[in-house]
Amino acid sequence: MCVVCGCGDADAGTLDFGAGAARVSVPGLSQVRSIKLEADILGENNRIARRNRQHFAAHGVTALNLVSSPGSGKTTLLCATIAALQVRRPGLAVSVIEGDQQTSVDAERIRATGVPAVQVNTGKGCHLDAPMVEQAFERLHAHHHDPAHHDARSLLFIENVGNLVCPALWDLGEDAKVAILSVTEGEDKPLKYPDMFAAATLLLLNKTDLLPYVDFDVPRCIEAARRVNPGIEVIQLSARSGDGMAAWLQWLDERMAPLPAQAHHAHA
Amino acid sequence: MHEASLAGSVLQLVEDAARRDGFRRVAMLRLEAGQLSGVEPRALRFALEALAPGTCLQGATVEIDEPAGQAWCMACAATVAIAQRGDACPRCGGWQLEPTGGIELRVIDLLVHDD
Repeated sequence: MCVVCGCGDADAGTLDFGAGAARVSVPGLSQVRSIKLEADILGENNRIARRNRQHFAAHGVTALNLVSSPGSGKTTLLCATIAALQVRRPGLAVSVIEGDQQTSVDAERIRATGVPAVQVNTGKGCHLDAPMVEQAFERLHAHHHDPAHHDARSLLFIENVGNLVCPALWDLGEDAKVAILSVTEGEDKPLKYPDMFAAATLLLLNKTDLLPYVDFDVPRCIEAARRVNPGIEVIQLSARSGDGMAAWLQWLDERMAPLPAQAHHAHA
Repeated sequence: MHEASLAGSVLQLVEDAARRDGFRRVAMLRLEAGQLSGVEPRALRFALEALAPGTCLQGATVEIDEPAGQAWCMACAATVAIAQRGDACPRCGGWQLEPTGGIELRVIDLLVHDD
């Protein structure tokens, strides 16, 4: 049977070179036949990512995929963001999916802020994928219907494994990828890791409180990011000092899903 | 490193086809990893070879086509050739580029043994 269209080889007396199954006789070798697949290698992941995306939309969840190298300050920034949201948007539900090879240290830091977090340990894996996020979201959703959060919209931060290479290829079903780069890392990083910065909607330039102590050329970094991604937005901030946090919260506000049309999930 | 994960997905696709179409061994596997797909063909080949023993891919020849990178240059209003992301437009030297070709990552076809 042809794996492309499912047609059968009904007439045994005819040589059928129809879609897919052509019989080839190669002298000296046993009979081989050709099968056309033309399948995306990331097809299955992307199918589940689409499903995640629909699921998020149905629940009014705005999901953000935070990507960066290890040590850029993602988790500290997340904790500072949560603290700021708790003050400025107390009715907004926030949850986090943490990705790391090992340990649940990051998820514990998040939970200490009062926000639910699921830790995904990828083991030898170097990136989160859509099936992992699907399962993690199921857990979050099953356990955390909090009546204190009366805004029907919510924010889901997915902190990916610290890695500027691999996560670029894996759609998780997020609304946007946010790349975090700290000023201790070097302004040429966007050129060195073009796939990641090309895939990001927003670049957060973190640890700006350290600018007086490092040789980091901010305009050059922004120019580099715009080279690989002409449309990328940039916000400079410091999770430590609070500089730029208002702009980041504003961006989040603008990014959040409009209220779901069906209000059947609203906790009024 | 992510080529190992991709190799796993390739094997899954091939095993699904094996179940559907009733073959046991693959003689030749042809893949497509475009220049702008973010995948290193040698690493992918290595990962597949490491994964193959004990599976239907054992002993299979792996061929990887590398379609050339192409991008739409917004300044030139034309399609141009680029070998990697971050390359400037060969015509105008600018970077207003949107990749349009060489971004594929696919299993194209297989040659299989029925025995």
